[in-house]
Amino acid sequence: MTGAAFQKLFQLAGACLVLAILCFLILPAVVVAIAAFNDKAMLSFPPQSLSWRWFIHAMFYRDFQEGFRNGLIVTAWSSSIALVVGVCFGIALERYEFRLKRVIEGVLLSSLFIPHFTVGLGFLIVAAQIGMVQTYAVVVVCHVILVLPFVLRSVYVSLKNLDHRYELAAASLGAPPGKVLMTITLPLLIPGLVSGWLFAAILSFNEFTASLFVTSQRTQTLPVAMYNYVREYVDPSMAALSVMYIVATAVLLSFANAFLGLGKVLNVDHGR
Amino acid sequence: MLTTAGSISVEAEGKARLRDFAVRFESVAKRFAAVVALEDVSLSIGRGEFITLLGPSGCGKTTLLNLVAGFFRPDSGAILVDGQVVNDVPTYKREIGIMFQNYALFPHMTVASNIAYGLKMRRLDKDEIRRRVKDVLSLVKLSHYEDRKPRQLSGGQQQRVAIARALVINPRVLLLDEPFSALDRNLRASMQVELREIQRQFGVTTIFVTHDQAEALSLSDRVAVMSQGRICQVGSPEQIYAKPQDRFVASFVGDANILRGRLEGFANGCATVSWGKGRLRVPRTSIPVTQSATVDIFVRPEQLSISEPGEADFTRGKVAAHVFQGDHVDLYVDTADCISGRLLARLPTKEAGTRWPVGAEVGISVIEGSNISMFDA
Repeated sequence: MTGAAFQKLFQLAGACLVLAILCFLILPAVVVAIAAFNDKAMLSFPPQSLSWRWFIHAMFYRDFQEGFRNGLIVTAWSSSIALVVGVCFGIALERYEFRLKRVIEGVLLSSLFIPHFTVGLGFLIVAAQIGMVQTYAVVVVCHVILVLPFVLRSVYVSLKNLDHRYELAAASLGAPPGKVLMTITLPLLIPGLVSGWLFAAILSFNEFTASLFVTSQRTQTLPVAMYNYVREYVDPSMAALSVMYIVATAVLLSFANAFLGLGKVLNVDHGR
Repeated sequence: MLTTAGSISVEAEGKARLRDFAVRFESVAKRFAAVVALEDVSLSIGRGEFITLLGPSGCGKTTLLNLVAGFFRPDSGAILVDGQVVNDVPTYKREIGIMFQNYALFPHMTVASNIAYGLKMRRLDKDEIRRRVKDVLSLVKLSHYEDRKPRQLSGGQQQRVAIARALVINPRVLLLDEPFSALDRNLRASMQVELREIQRQFGVTTIFVTHDQAEALSLSDRVAVMSQGRICQVGSPEQIYAKPQDRFVASFVGDANILRGRLEGFANGCATVSWGKGRLRVPRTSIPVTQSATVDIFVRPEQLSISEPGEADFTRGKVAAHVFQGDHVDLYVDTADCISGRLLARLPTKEAGTRWPVGAEVGISVIEGSNISMFDA
């Protein structure tokens, strides 16, 4: 065999490997999507006959509706609060030197290595002590802590990429620090802030482990409602919900892309 | 010991009284952690003057500029603007215009809003702002660009917006931080002329920072040459070029051939120095040259003369390269009588043309009476 033939073979093998990896990446979504259209009340694959009935069922199932609504409330609050907190700490950490900076940074990022069930359990105990088990507040606070590292990172990276000279130029033109922040720094950070908020929102809406501990019947979010459902029934409405979720997220991201540019939203646009 | 400002600005201070200075540095020092950025710098800048801080990177020129802007405080010494110490005045109260290398135009604002920014901060009324933005835009020849975003402009246009934005607030001092280095060569030359014109019209005191000695010599009223956190020499471009005060200035500003010669003696205010077979009369400058036997003579490329080998030559050499530069020709001549082993001679094209091909044996001499400087070897 010649060298050129070997090279061809290697290229072919490489292409197959890449293809296989890509297939595995989308395999779950594809399988679930197909299963969602199953006419029968069971999660079998491939389905014998097709129908929309589980989509309808999922959409009008009361627990899912409430879970969806609760999820939106929790997500909106938690990602917005996390954004504000993240911006404050992000600016402080990027711009200033102070004592215990490393410690504070470590605490802010700690939820990355503390398991979600630990966070959930901790808040459950605290909430029980102060009689707030049934409230949204405890769910929101719990989510803020879980998504904060991601918001913080997003803000931090945007700040790092922000040319400090814009702010110096503004100061030289007579803008006091507060004005510089409001008219220069924050407007230029918007793409990073939007990306941080979106990321936080998606994480919060999906969060299950900690939510299982801190939600009650009244405040349960969609993933918790789905879990409770699947313990009793095994039908394709789970799959139908998944499909709706994927489509909704895709639409949301497309909008973000159209208005802000996906590169900026995902924070990969370093060349300015 | 180098006397930084003392030595040079004495002359200038005679002309103007103390309060007539727009900017004054008094024994300013600044260090960053262990690195000394500025070491006891004193300098006075006259009203309306265009002064250049020239030096290699890390010499402290940008630090000095940033101190005027108030981006940080000096460790010791005082910075005065219009006779007032501004050490503790924050940037936004200093009334300075600054133009950065990348212009730092606000990317989320239009040209007009960029220029109006400083006026809005001064709470001028809307009509006044609109009028002044319009005036300054026509001054920089960008009248129809007010609604563009900075990224829709060329480099030269961006620079004009930056200069308009800095000048529209009528700053006490204009600070320019290497503003031309992002422009290509042709545009750079025309922007330099334009900038100088605008600066004269406004009559604004300007501190210009650059590492480009040609730029410094062509633009400035005065040049302050800096090295390692200190000012080596301040003077007009002509003075700096013709009478450098130390080895650093002599070699940093303009091209120079360093020849090792022997000091023969002093007579009539001139030193006689022998180099090769020739003897040179070097005007005795303020630099104290001791009676050491060997000295280094700094000779500009245009002060060397090249001829057919003959009796009158100081020394001989062999042409190593012949570089055509349009109006002049740069001849690189290899010779043993020079520290680097190679001399640079600059001859008018009319005269040199293709007369000295590579490999030709030539005679080298130094044109008598020209501004030659000499330092202890």
